[in-house]
Amino acid sequence: MSDASSSPRSSNQALLQVDNLRIEIPNRRGTLVAVDDISFHINEGEVLGVVGESGAGKSLTGAAVIGLLEPPCHIAGGQIQLDGRRIEALPYEQMRRIRGREIGMVFQDPLTSLNPLYTIGRQLTETILTHTDMNENGARKRAIELLEEVGIPAAAQRIDQYPHQFSGGMRQRVVIALALCINPRLIIADEPTTALDVSIQAQIITLLKRLCREHGAAVMLVTHDMGVIAETADRVAVMYAGRIVEVGPVADVVLRAQHPYTSGLMGSIPLVGHDVENLTQIDGAMPRLNAIPRGCAFNPRCPRAFDRCRQERPDLQPVGGATEAACWLFDQQDDRLSRGSGTHG
Amino acid sequence: MTVGEEKQIVVRPGLAERMVDVTRRFFDSDLWYSFTRSPVIIVSAFVTLLFVGSAVFAPLVAPNDPFDLASIDLLDSFIPPIWQDGGDSRFLLGTDDQGRGIFSTIIYGSRISLGVGFASVLFAMVLGISLGLISGYFGGAVDAVIMRAADVQLTFPAILIALLIDGLARAVLPRDFHSEVWFYVLVLAIGLSFWVQYARTVRGSAMVERNKEYVQAARVIGIPPVLIMLRHVLPNVMGPVLVIATINLAIAVITEATLSFLGVGVPLTSPSLGTLIRVGNDFLFSGEWWITIFPGLALAVLVLAVNLLGDWLRDALNPKLR
Amino acid sequence: MADAAASDTPVERTLVEVEGLAKLFDVSPPLLNRILQGEKRVLLKAVDGISFKIPQGKTFSLVGESGCGKSTVARLVVGLYSPTRGKIEIDGIDMASLKTRTEIAPLRKRLQMIFQDPYASLNPRWRVADIIAEPIRAHGLMSDKKQIAARVGELLVQVGLAAADGEKFPHEFSGGQRQRISIARALASNPEFLVCDEPTSALDVSVQAQILNLMKRLQRELGLTYLFISHDLAVVYHISDIVGVMYLGRLVEWGEARTLFRNPQHPYTRMLLDAIPDLEMTGRHRIPVAGEVPSPISPPSGCHFHPRCPFANDRCRQEAPKPRPTAAGEVACHAVEENRLPEAEARRVSQQTAPQA
Repeated sequence: MSDASSSPRSSNQALLQVDNLRIEIPNRRGTLVAVDDISFHINEGEVLGVVGESGAGKSLTGAAVIGLLEPPCHIAGGQIQLDGRRIEALPYEQMRRIRGREIGMVFQDPLTSLNPLYTIGRQLTETILTHTDMNENGARKRAIELLEEVGIPAAAQRIDQYPHQFSGGMRQRVVIALALCINPRLIIADEPTTALDVSIQAQIITLLKRLCREHGAAVMLVTHDMGVIAETADRVAVMYAGRIVEVGPVADVVLRAQHPYTSGLMGSIPLVGHDVENLTQIDGAMPRLNAIPRGCAFNPRCPRAFDRCRQERPDLQPVGGATEAACWLFDQQDDRLSRGSGTHG
Repeated sequence: MTVGEEKQIVVRPGLAERMVDVTRRFFDSDLWYSFTRSPVIIVSAFVTLLFVGSAVFAPLVAPNDPFDLASIDLLDSFIPPIWQDGGDSRFLLGTDDQGRGIFSTIIYGSRISLGVGFASVLFAMVLGISLGLISGYFGGAVDAVIMRAADVQLTFPAILIALLIDGLARAVLPRDFHSEVWFYVLVLAIGLSFWVQYARTVRGSAMVERNKEYVQAARVIGIPPVLIMLRHVLPNVMGPVLVIATINLAIAVITEATLSFLGVGVPLTSPSLGTLIRVGNDFLFSGEWWITIFPGLALAVLVLAVNLLGDWLRDALNPKLR
Repeated sequence: MADAAASDTPVERTLVEVEGLAKLFDVSPPLLNRILQGEKRVLLKAVDGISFKIPQGKTFSLVGESGCGKSTVARLVVGLYSPTRGKIEIDGIDMASLKTRTEIAPLRKRLQMIFQDPYASLNPRWRVADIIAEPIRAHGLMSDKKQIAARVGELLVQVGLAAADGEKFPHEFSGGQRQRISIARALASNPEFLVCDEPTSALDVSVQAQILNLMKRLQRELGLTYLFISHDLAVVYHISDIVGVMYLGRLVEWGEARTLFRNPQHPYTRMLLDAIPDLEMTGRHRIPVAGEVPSPISPPSGCHFHPRCPFANDRCRQEAPKPRPTAAGEVACHAVEENRLPEAEARRVSQQTAPQA
């Protein structure tokens, strides 16, 4: 693996650097490898979209970064560095402090991330008090400011209400406020809009984008929704069966996908205004973790697979521009290289 | 659990193949795996099987028949266990006041205890599951009536209900007749105090299952409600029911013992574990401790084993704890 | 339906007709609480008088946000709920006129439903073959075991699975495969009309494409009529012939799909279209609409959409708009009627259509 040379990347050090991360789930029939040797980075103030279908390992990757993998899932190899400091094996207490101060989290279901027994004001001020040296009054004032910032009307009154008195969209705003209240440098957002209606989804995306820009926070946006990625992310990493298959600037990946999986995925999304009788179809389904094929995990579903794909596993390599893809079609040594036909109609 | 359900809807493979398949799936299941991983549960299962086995085959296992008046000799009474002075090789654990061997009586006694236990749990299950299914599936007024009845039932302790029914049976039925129907009276008495748990559990699960899409699909197809309940809902609510049934079996055995101890249960001529303990209790302080201690121990071990099994089953069937 | 006449009739036959359909749910506290605490009865208007027709062989989609009543309509049409008001006619037969199980049975054969959650829509304790055979057995379509087995195998192949898959249990399949099984079950009684309640919203995109393609193929091959419920406008655009947009129990606009998406009239339809994420990276400027869907227990007066509508006036706040014909179909909006809407942004979609290799 040539991970030392892995990059036409920005020269300054990345905020989050993940190298060769491997996540395993031991079970009674053996060990499942849910995330297999992936590397990526997020720069200061950047939004990295991590996209993939269910079972791709994207949520586990997010959970690993913030140290919230649920046993028996665990990190079995690789490193995670936040600002040059390794955090993947920190003791619980230290990780908790990092979670509070430097990494914030926005979950899919706003109901489960708020404690139903406390007012949202209490939850916000408590977080602020734990992680800063503000006094009670200051924290409450800050909490109201935050709620106003995330667009909750009459924040000064609503701060004393309980989570169930808020609608789904409003709750997600509160969760975002909660993630932002300690001015984290990185926010992990795991499917932040999935549980919301389309119109609310748009509101939340806009909000998240604006706030991160204003606070200078970087975001790791984990989602299955390419639309959300296209609207929000600067760069995007596409995951398949525990591996990153393509990573690059969002416009390149969305409009000129290189990896056959990504281009197939893009083609399978129906679009308003596109009149096609049939959508591009990737046959089959993502393999289960206990049956990941040899070689490139995508090879049984890939219309362009050849012998090498069934034998050897490809690693990420530059495929033009700032995009990298893990696919033998782009291997320089292989003269089969048929660049350009990567985009589907 | 699934076996009974599959029989009526056989498609291509024969019954034998199906049984093989079901067996294979059982030994491949998480349940079996978790069983093989906990020694305590294996021991509990072994003890329970031992009790059930010796109860079923009592005439073959027991060295003498304590119910056969002809073979009992009053001269054999109060013989201590075999390892004490005066022990008799015929009576491993000694004899009681009437010359019945304690060991054999325990085996025959647990036969009665387990018989009453199984029958009353079965009775409570059938009653509770039926009412629970109806209540949960139809909801509304039917549900309200059944559940209020359950609430009322719960305000009476199990023993009280059992005493009431037993007393009623004694008052109403002729004296001779009672010595024949005591079994059914006990089953009714104990079973009636248990059905509420099944009804509530099944009702809760049925309400959840009713709204699941596979039940709606069956309704769209036009399957009659009774069949939907039996074929679709019932098999999917049996997990928790099995857990309750196991734990209830232990409670039923205890309740029967308690009733017998109080003298309202099994007649003296065919003693259950509870009757034995009561009889022995009179002699406990006059030196013949074995008459009450051994049946007591047997009861405790049996109940503990069954309870452990029930606890394990609850954890093993609960996906959240896995 | 099996008449030979079918082939050369050019006239569109209406298969499903819904008129003034309404459904109220009683969400009151229990009687005892009402008496003791003096609480009132609370009725939720899930569906508030909607009418539409579905021509045979076409797809009619209902689209809207959660709580708009679209799933309730689906369940009303298949008879899982009985309507509070209104009429549902299938092939000219009024569903309310069929009282007993035996009277309904012939109609039930002709209409089936596909559900949203492939993990909940199949009984986990049944084998796939038994699941698919259930409608066949229930309607007594076949009785011979071999015949049923053959038919089940045929259905499995038809939806893209193997006949041997019938011996497996649902948990051995992926979400997409389960949805195929669900479709096979729905097809088992040779229905003409399928009600699909968000059939792809629980699936991954690549699998969604498979299912949508399958549904389109089956429609072509079997001449099926679909009532398609979805919150995803792109999916609806792809699959539908006619689209109805629902908001808080009312149909605010309906019409021929392409015309409606190119030239949406109702402000709510425009808002929904505007909220679709921009996958073509055109850099189009979006104005996210403020506000959220109000509670259907106490919907706003007049036009339900007025609190979120930038064009609302006093009339909108007081008087519920009636449907009026448009180029595509019908729209219920005072602003459209009074010509108060800006025309410009309505053309958005047609511009977007342009770049296609």
